[in-house]
Amino acid sequence: MYLDPGDRPSLTPQLAMRVAILGGIALLAFAFVFFRLWYLQVLSGDTYRAEANDNRIRQIKVQAPRGEIVDRDGRVLVENRVALAVKVSPKLLPDSEAERREVYARLARVLDMRPRGIERRVEKQLRELPYAMATVKQDVDYDVVAYLLEHRADFPGVEPERVFVRQYPQGETGAHLFGYSREISQEQLDSGRFPDATMGDIVGKDGIEAQYDRFLRGRNGATRVQVDALGRVRGEQLKAWAPEQGRQLRLALDLDVQEAGQAALTGRLGGFVAMDVDSGEVVGLGSAPSFDPNFFSRPFTAAEYKALESEEAGKPLLNRAIQGNYPAGSTFKLVTATAALEGGLIGTGDVVNDGGSIRIGDIDFINAGRTVNGPVDLRRALSVSSDVYFYLLGQEADSSGDGLLIQRWAHKLGIGRETGIDLPNEQIGRVPTPEWRNDWYERGLTKERWTVGHNVNFSIGQGDLLTNPLQMAIAYATIANGGKVVKPHLGLRIEDSTGRVLQELATPPARRVDVAPEYRQAILDGLYSAANEPGGTSTPVFETFPVEIAGKTGTAETPQGDQSWYVALAPYPNPRYVVAATIERGGFGAETAAPAVRQILTALLDVDDDGEVLAGTAQD
Amino acid sequence: MQATPLGATVREFRDRSGPSFVRIDVLLLAAVLGLTACSFYTIGEATRDDFAGSPHHFLYRQIVFAAIGLCLMLVISRLDYTRLRDWKAQIYAVLIGGIVLVFAFSAVTNGSGRAIELGFFELQFSELGKILLILALSAVIVDRVRQIGDRRTTAIVMLLALIPALLVISQDLGSGMVYISIALVILFVAGTPWTHFAALGALAATAVAIVLIGAPALGVEVLQPYQQDRLTAFLSPSEDPGKASYQQLQSQVAIGAGGKTGRGDQATQTKLDFLPEHHTDFIFSVVGEEFGFMGAALVLSLFALLIWRTLRILTMAKDLFGTLIVAGVLAMLMHQIFINVGMTIGIMPITGITLPLMSYGGSSVIATFIALGLLQSVHAHARETAFAKGRDLAI
Repeated sequence: MYLDPGDRPSLTPQLAMRVAILGGIALLAFAFVFFRLWYLQVLSGDTYRAEANDNRIRQIKVQAPRGEIVDRDGRVLVENRVALAVKVSPKLLPDSEAERREVYARLARVLDMRPRGIERRVEKQLRELPYAMATVKQDVDYDVVAYLLEHRADFPGVEPERVFVRQYPQGETGAHLFGYSREISQEQLDSGRFPDATMGDIVGKDGIEAQYDRFLRGRNGATRVQVDALGRVRGEQLKAWAPEQGRQLRLALDLDVQEAGQAALTGRLGGFVAMDVDSGEVVGLGSAPSFDPNFFSRPFTAAEYKALESEEAGKPLLNRAIQGNYPAGSTFKLVTATAALEGGLIGTGDVVNDGGSIRIGDIDFINAGRTVNGPVDLRRALSVSSDVYFYLLGQEADSSGDGLLIQRWAHKLGIGRETGIDLPNEQIGRVPTPEWRNDWYERGLTKERWTVGHNVNFSIGQGDLLTNPLQMAIAYATIANGGKVVKPHLGLRIEDSTGRVLQELATPPARRVDVAPEYRQAILDGLYSAANEPGGTSTPVFETFPVEIAGKTGTAETPQGDQSWYVALAPYPNPRYVVAATIERGGFGAETAAPAVRQILTALLDVDDDGEVLAGTAQD
Repeated sequence: MQATPLGATVREFRDRSGPSFVRIDVLLLAAVLGLTACSFYTIGEATRDDFAGSPHHFLYRQIVFAAIGLCLMLVISRLDYTRLRDWKAQIYAVLIGGIVLVFAFSAVTNGSGRAIELGFFELQFSELGKILLILALSAVIVDRVRQIGDRRTTAIVMLLALIPALLVISQDLGSGMVYISIALVILFVAGTPWTHFAALGALAATAVAIVLIGAPALGVEVLQPYQQDRLTAFLSPSEDPGKASYQQLQSQVAIGAGGKTGRGDQATQTKLDFLPEHHTDFIFSVVGEEFGFMGAALVLSLFALLIWRTLRILTMAKDLFGTLIVAGVLAMLMHQIFINVGMTIGIMPITGITLPLMSYGGSSVIATFIALGLLQSVHAHARETAFAKGRDLAI
């Protein structure tokens, strides 16, 4: 303590100590700062420099157009067009909800939309893909984009972009095959199925687009630019890679056949397949009703999408050729015949007296339309579609061996199992067995256990059997080609954009089955007779057709009504193609399905068919 | 001995030892001029692209501020600081009045409550207020030096400091904290017992607990949300550019990226605006990025020289008033240097405080030069007295 406050203080021990403490604090603090600087700049300098570069260098992706899809003659089925889209970047949108709303409101005026609609659309997309750009509107006029670019400050986070959009010049033709492509989802990225895709890439989501995505997807280009803290580009472009378009995919599909098939089914609910019996190349595959795939190339609402799935509209998105689940009716008799011949239940010449009905157990099984066919052998039974003949085979098969003779042959010929077609989501259907039905009975799903009656019904393709046109086509093709169970496929080859072949998409048959040649011939004779000889169920439809064919009608009884079926092998006697068609509530096979197949064959065989297409009246 | 009138002292001295500027601390002046030069160079580099068409806008203004400050420093260094003791009441009144005036003024003009627009530059009164507070508190303690062990002395001084400090904190947390540091260090150097500091520490802890935990729980936000955000940001760096912690992260990246020798023109953090406020609060980050460890070490060394000379003058002062003034200036410099540098390297919270002599800004630069002028004045008078005594003895 100083006696005189005004006097010069001598350096008292107390003051000296306190000054020393302050000096010590300063020394410690300097030491600490130096140490930290050494750590940051000398020891971790490289890490931080990399981080600083990371900050300033932004890679801007340049979308690569997907490859085109063409038909077997090179006609374009799926192509690209350039569109201007207005997108928003979630990172650059204002943080506060009120400010975001203002941006949406301004944007709504420019784009002629409702602000609430923009908000909902953006939020929905950001929920699905949180960090990707959300599309507000596609196909925007250039004037609008120019306006947005001029008034950037008023539209933070809003970015116009040039995008490639899939375009389908053939409209509804082939709509069920192509599927669609979309920005990759987080799930897909995580799934590992797209090893070289990154966030924001467009990948195939369904159909051919998904199946052949690795060929169709191009390689995106990029430009590297320097940006400032606000994301504005500063200085010149640092580096650029040009985008590379995806490969061109040539399909086995024949546009004419496809058009004919879809035209033949117009106004109906049904599906068709036209396939090469030897190679499994699918030259036509379609479903009715159809839809315009261009729908998926623009943003759409949930309600619009729902309509495409609705029962009232006939579920246009359903591909009935591979996803329908129908009993096959008498077209299935080919399978029963093969099983019975190979299983030794009957010989090709054995004659059965068809009295119009037969009593099995305590049920009377009758012919369709109560026809009485008299004595029939296999050829005649197939020709006139005698049910009694096959009822007896069904009854016999049930009681001989393990009772699964027909089931096994159905399985061998490809019924009720995956066909392996290069389209996703095919339905496998069902070949009914005692085991299956009894299991359902246990679980209370059906009222009846398996009885011989079920096998009798199954033998003519009724009852529990569920299949689709593609599976039936494969079964017929197997008999026609000598036992090859083909693997159906649409993809033919991968080409560059000039059409030069880069890769053939070889699709070997899935397996072989052994059917004695004389049995095959007997069955084919029966099918020929059915389409050509008097009394044949489809003779009225095909007798005027310029090319001879073999074919079988079918009428499946479903709760909705009679389902019309027809499967044809053409030309006869050396069939090259199999054509199968089915029409829900189409009446008898000869009424609707057979005429539809005739229309398809006309295009397929490239014949002048000026004969009037008569609907048959045969009640099968 | 009462304060000698300025004129007499100068006259007396001139007869004996030539020009009086020799008696200023030359090393201190060297540190100040060195830092000012560093400031010019760094601001010039950092702001070249900030004002389109006027690359030297900030540099030229800073040169003008420094020139004014330098003149003020030289004038003040030749004045007799001891006279200021008699004006303590007026000084304190100007301090409070000035702060209130800024409030009133900004209430009218819708300003931030921190500065008054003066045409050429914005006067941030809280910067000048630091000097006024140092003078007022030092004078008060000198008057009560016999009661330094009395609790009331500590209470009075703390109260006198807290009134302006809290007024400033309400607008500018960083500057307000400097006021409290100044009061504490002045008390410390004056010889306030340790027990008082312990009691103050306990009170402070309680107050912080109430402000940060108690009051928000009752629905009263004492600190602005952004202030709280800044205070806690250094604990959890974030990628969100809107958050204070983002600035801290970017500052750390900038300094780290500087490496040993700096990036010069390639200093992208600064040039591309990733570093906010790069010519004011975060100027040390610019030094770190552009000139690397070498540059940062040079600036820190100059600051170390500055602190060392200040401590030396503290021990030399011819009277307690001088000692305490130097203690106040020391507190102000140390607080600002370590908090500012600390926040740029991620070890201190962001409180919005300038780096003395380095940061761009008229109020800060001029206030610092005034403080340095006071240091030089204390130094000159100490040398003068020692010289006089030595001479007397020699005769």
